[in-house]
Amino acid sequence: MTDLTAAVNNEQTGYQDFPVGSFNFRRDEYFAYIDYPDGEYVMPIDAYLKALMRDVAWGFFYGTVNFDSVFGTMNHYGNVDLFIGSHNEEYINNDKDFMENFPSEELMEVFQAMLADWTIEGFDPFAAPQETGTAWGPKNGNNDEAISRKRQVAQRMIGIPGDTEIRSDETGYTVNRHFQDVDQSQPVVEAEPGFEDQIHGFNLWAHLSRSVETWNPSIVSVCKQSLLCPTSEEFILPVEHGNDRVEWFVQVSDEIIWEIKDGKSSKPRASLVMRAGDVACMPADIRHQGFSPKRSMLVVWENGSPEILEKIKNGTVPRVGVEF
Amino acid sequence: MSVEYKTTFASIDNFNKGGVQMIAGNIKDYVFSNVYEVASKYAPYERVVVAKNLVYTIESCKAEGESPWYTCSHDEFAIAFDYDIEVHYIKMDDTSFIDDEKDGSFRLDDKPAGQYMGKITLSRGHQALLPEKTAYSFKSAKPATLVFQAILGDESNEKWPEICLT
Ligand SMILES: [Fe+2]
Repeated sequence: MTDLTAAVNNEQTGYQDFPVGSFNFRRDEYFAYIDYPDGEYVMPIDAYLKALMRDVAWGFFYGTVNFDSVFGTMNHYGNVDLFIGSHNEEYINNDKDFMENFPSEELMEVFQAMLADWTIEGFDPFAAPQETGTAWGPKNGNNDEAISRKRQVAQRMIGIPGDTEIRSDETGYTVNRHFQDVDQSQPVVEAEPGFEDQIHGFNLWAHLSRSVETWNPSIVSVCKQSLLCPTSEEFILPVEHGNDRVEWFVQVSDEIIWEIKDGKSSKPRASLVMRAGDVACMPADIRHQGFSPKRSMLVVWENGSPEILEKIKNGTVPRVGVEF
Repeated sequence: MSVEYKTTFASIDNFNKGGVQMIAGNIKDYVFSNVYEVASKYAPYERVVVAKNLVYTIESCKAEGESPWYTCSHDEFAIAFDYDIEVHYIKMDDTSFIDDEKDGSFRLDDKPAGQYMGKITLSRGHQALLPEKTAYSFKSAKPATLVFQAILGDESNEKWPEICLT
């Protein structure tokens, strides 16, 4: 049979291949090539790296991280599926889907190495398009600083002594160009003597206006297993997130359009327009991708209960947030 | 060309709710509401659940005038979503009546006996800790939107058919 795989010349570009199981990942100046036993799948390198960045930073996240409508990972919490077409109706119906399961650590190691090698100097896969360079071209340095940022994870609440710090100019978080008009005042705390460490508040909107990254929730407050995970969004969520549990959004500022598709087949289901103050729930059987025309503030609300994992495993996880 | 960007927020008296364009399925699946609309519709300090995941909630209410005093066995959080709201705190002399197993905040009959800890004045976007086993009360000169990160309890009201797109 004719060899249909692309000719990638690593000697010329300076990039490495990354084989894992029966997959092999290659890149050239413009594209990522994913070779699997039944063929080769191609993605633009910028979209590929932005999706890979999230999959790595989120530890394969909750449920499915679709890099696009064909390729992605599905988290089983300890092990992970790497798939082509397993969540795409045409691939499945024509028996063209391919999937391989890996211990999470093994695949994560390969993904991290690939992300490090393929991200060149000046390209920040977490940044908005106008705030970064391009991913194109031959190997040219790296950007380890940008790809190894740790997201802020509060244990109780941002800013409490000993907990994660509030973002400020001094800590290297300047106000984003789209949020110059956001009030930077802090709440007025008038504690009686002896209670200075016990009552606490901070400006969450100002904190968000200083986010360096887009589409990367951090944790600001924790109520038992309830995690408030706000984030700032601009341009496109680089993945279609396929839910394995419900996920809630509270839009804080501006506007995001959410394209909703069926989780299994990828068929379109709905389009949500969320404006300031809007609350909506992503059902557990869909995939969603957000479009944010201007940098906006979004609260993603997660539930970290181990109970949910149990429910996913035994198939009793609720499909919708509330039935009414 | 350099552009001056305007960030669009909303308030209890000025919000512009979005919506859902359905292609297939049921719009109720998205449990779509708006915290400002909810706050505007109900009585002061009547907390209405706008998001729920197992026992955990996000609740919205109108802050107006002085609230009753509340307490809770666990931490909660409150965010001022538009106008200024004061939070007052008391360290109660007696907390033995608080059941550690009971989730969610509950109302106290009166201002409790204890030491006044101070107050926090929240403006739009400010978040306050409501520490476990501490009494707290709110005060707002005019209607304002107050959003809670909480757990379903005595003060939580579920009104889904009234608040969600159908
Ligand atoms: Fe998501």
